[in-house]
Amino acid sequence: MPEIIKVGMAELKVARHPAILTTLGLGSCIGIALYDRRNKNIGMAHIMLPSSSIATASANRAKFADTSIHDLLEEMRGIGSDVRNIVAKIAGGAQMFAFATQNESMKIGQRNTEATKTALADYKIPIVAEDTGGNYGRTIELSSEDGSLKVKTIGFGIKYL
Amino acid sequence: MTDTINELNNFHLDVLKEIGNIGAGNAATALAKLLDKRIEMEVPQIRIMKFSEVSDVLGGAETPVVGILLRIQGDITGNMMFILDTPSARLLVNILMGKPLEADLDFDEMTSSVLTEIGNILAGSYLSALSNMTNLRIMPGVPALAMDMAGAILSVPAIEFGKTSDTVLYIENVFTDGHDSVIGDLFLVPDDMSYGRLLNALGVV
Repeated sequence: MPEIIKVGMAELKVARHPAILTTLGLGSCIGIALYDRRNKNIGMAHIMLPSSSIATASANRAKFADTSIHDLLEEMRGIGSDVRNIVAKIAGGAQMFAFATQNESMKIGQRNTEATKTALADYKIPIVAEDTGGNYGRTIELSSEDGSLKVKTIGFGIKYL
Repeated sequence: MTDTINELNNFHLDVLKEIGNIGAGNAATALAKLLDKRIEMEVPQIRIMKFSEVSDVLGGAETPVVGILLRIQGDITGNMMFILDTPSARLLVNILMGKPLEADLDFDEMTSSVLTEIGNILAGSYLSALSNMTNLRIMPGVPALAMDMAGAILSVPAIEFGKTSDTVLYIENVFTDGHDSVIGDLFLVPDDMSYGRLLNALGVV
């Protein structure tokens, strides 16, 4: 079994093959899984908010979709990846609570999903699979073996992207 | 006011702890009435942690928990969330529904309305304590309920904190009848503008 590396909320990590990257209990956050099809490098980020435009000077860059994807790609390059070989899978972006009166801050999952897609498109990273939306939590596991992404839920089973 | 929580000093923490204490005292009284039992409360623990540590509370990110979320309205606005671990939710529901204490927690409509009502009562008692302390008009909105992985539920208050800060502040309450304990975590996330107003009304800033 390869090493399993945990990526916490507002963190990002990369690893060389063989490895497994996992992030647990995604709610409205997005798990971004990157896979280098040539050298099997993998990378994962767990973002919380769409845009660093609201950031203060001290803010953790890994919590925003845009800055997190930028930094994650830098780290992938740092271990020898070429952006042209990288594909992405994304999961999360749920709305955990349903309110009768919708307020904007409750739609954060949807906004995170859109911002993640935009940021990946900016770097021309294709999204080859996604499991986003809904009202339930997800745990994801990315394998460097084949780039498969395991998505676990409570009550909605397990699937592989 | 940016990076509000990071700027909080020990004195602010004492104030928040006091809010936690008084609020929890009120909540314990409300819970005692509801359950018709003598309920004691331990001193609430206030914790500040990084996002990466958040999902490790409550027994890990994948542990199923019950979350009750509501909007705060009035002179201050924000979000408030209670999280109960599954054994605590089960105990409360079974007592209130007159079931054996060890009965499984069926997540049906009846259970959700019982849990929502518990959330209503606890939130109401917290907020009325806060309102009395500050002379601010503070009202709870209608609660919404979810049962899922702790990490996913906790991401909701964490994201609210994330808008202005890199840390999360929460208050852990333990209620006990001397035999069984109910463990509940409280997240109070005032909207950015309301934070100053709250501390102001408490005479802190």
